[in-house]
Amino acid sequence: MQIKHASLALRGLTYRETVKFFHQKGRLLSAFVRPALWLFVFAAGVGSVTGVDPGLNHPYPIQNVNYFEYIIPGLIGMVLLFSGMQSSLSMVYDREMGVMRLLLTAPLPRWYLLTAKLLSGTFLSVLQAYVFLIICLPIINLMVNFSTPIIGWLYILPATILFGMMLGALGLLISVYIKQLENFAGTMNFVIFPMFFISSALYPLWRLKDNGAEFVWWIANINPFTYGVELVRWASLGQVYIPGLIVTLICTILFLSFATIGYDPQKGMRKNGGGKPS
Amino acid sequence: MKNIILDIELLSKSYGPIKALNEVSFSLSEGEYASLLGPNGAGKTTLFQILTGLFVSDKGNALINNFNMRNQAINALAHIGVVFQQITLDMDLTVMENLKFHSNLHGINDKEFNKRVIVELEQVNLSDRINDKVRALSGGQKRRVELARSLLHKPKLLLLDEPTVGLDPQSRRNLLDYIIKLKEERKMAVLWATHLVDEAEKADTVIILDKGKIIKKDTPENITKEYNKDTLHDAFVSLTS
Repeated sequence: MQIKHASLALRGLTYRETVKFFHQKGRLLSAFVRPALWLFVFAAGVGSVTGVDPGLNHPYPIQNVNYFEYIIPGLIGMVLLFSGMQSSLSMVYDREMGVMRLLLTAPLPRWYLLTAKLLSGTFLSVLQAYVFLIICLPIINLMVNFSTPIIGWLYILPATILFGMMLGALGLLISVYIKQLENFAGTMNFVIFPMFFISSALYPLWRLKDNGAEFVWWIANINPFTYGVELVRWASLGQVYIPGLIVTLICTILFLSFATIGYDPQKGMRKNGGGKPS
Repeated sequence: MKNIILDIELLSKSYGPIKALNEVSFSLSEGEYASLLGPNGAGKTTLFQILTGLFVSDKGNALINNFNMRNQAINALAHIGVVFQQITLDMDLTVMENLKFHSNLHGINDKEFNKRVIVELEQVNLSDRINDKVRALSGGQKRRVELARSLLHKPKLLLLDEPTVGLDPQSRRNLLDYIIKLKEERKMAVLWATHLVDEAEKADTVIILDKGKIIKKDTPENITKEYNKDTLHDAFVSLTS
């Protein structure tokens, strides 16, 4: 595989994803409105003046963190999660429309094609996360003071990219198993909601234990989404959350590897690669 | 001696107990246009899926320009142009964007692409539709875009899987004429799968596939003569019934 060829393919995939994204006005709008609603409505309703206690292990300089500030890393995770699943949906859609065949018959290794697809999807995910931040942060900052410095939102860039890649790779892996577009909504209910709710996105995990929901606490602790959210949270205060880095890195590699196996006609679970047999 | 572009040796593929392909062997040389004729379910699409790397055969080999699909698929794929039975264009993108996407996947740089796209679209009379969304094109025009796309990377082998499905008689005729021109001018090997006998009449070679097995490979004239029939159609019916 030549580097020039590989970079042209990556550019082609990114261009296509981006053009399609900007064609879909609804997707563009919902990418911003969904987290904004959570921030302005949910956080306003649930948060308290005294703030939230993030527990023992946290990067904040104070013990009582403003709830608006607390949930922003979680909402970034939400943007990335929805965007990652959207990439998965586009894979399923491409398969139904036949465009997938074009991708799979390109003279490039499958693992590279899937990595390129992942990178192009991650580019859009991170873009959406920043659109959300750029629009919402100044408004929230008018009302409350954050302990996160402005530059902190720049520090999160590498963490957001890695987190976005992990969720995108999960999306690719899921797309191996979704045979029809109609099954997509159901699958999403089993992925998006548990992943988001059973994590540290909306509340500190010690609360689960405190309220006696120890089992849920355990699940939240093995949920890779929690590690991604914490990676972003710590990065926003200029710190590296090592367990988060390790888990997101390993999960990205695992999900992408399994997706590559899934799309490989020799070893794959989907042996018919891109179409129905005659 | 002409170069062998496609060499298939004892290719087999089963779906459970059903043998979709049963020890299929044949070869195609440069400039040879072969029609793969067979009733629905004969195994034509399965063969195409294997030749394009979407399936893997259970047994046997398929060599494209001497590259084996089994372990040199990437090299082999670089020499194949393919038009699938189903339209594989992105309806939301323009003709240009669709062609560019393909070129990027094949590693064609911008300068080269800009040159080739003009030539290929002119050949299929679609130069004026270059900036139109694919969704706005007719069925015949979409097919022509796909054909132009399949030629952008200058393949040695062109695979066409029932490309005339859903086309009007005039578009079918034009497509057939263009393919004959391609094999003559560019010396490409062409494998055209169809179940419509009239499309096979102009081929250099007719390969009749039935129930996963090749039952005949010869020129259309010889097949017609051998079975004492007036037309290839009658010979085909008596062979596959």
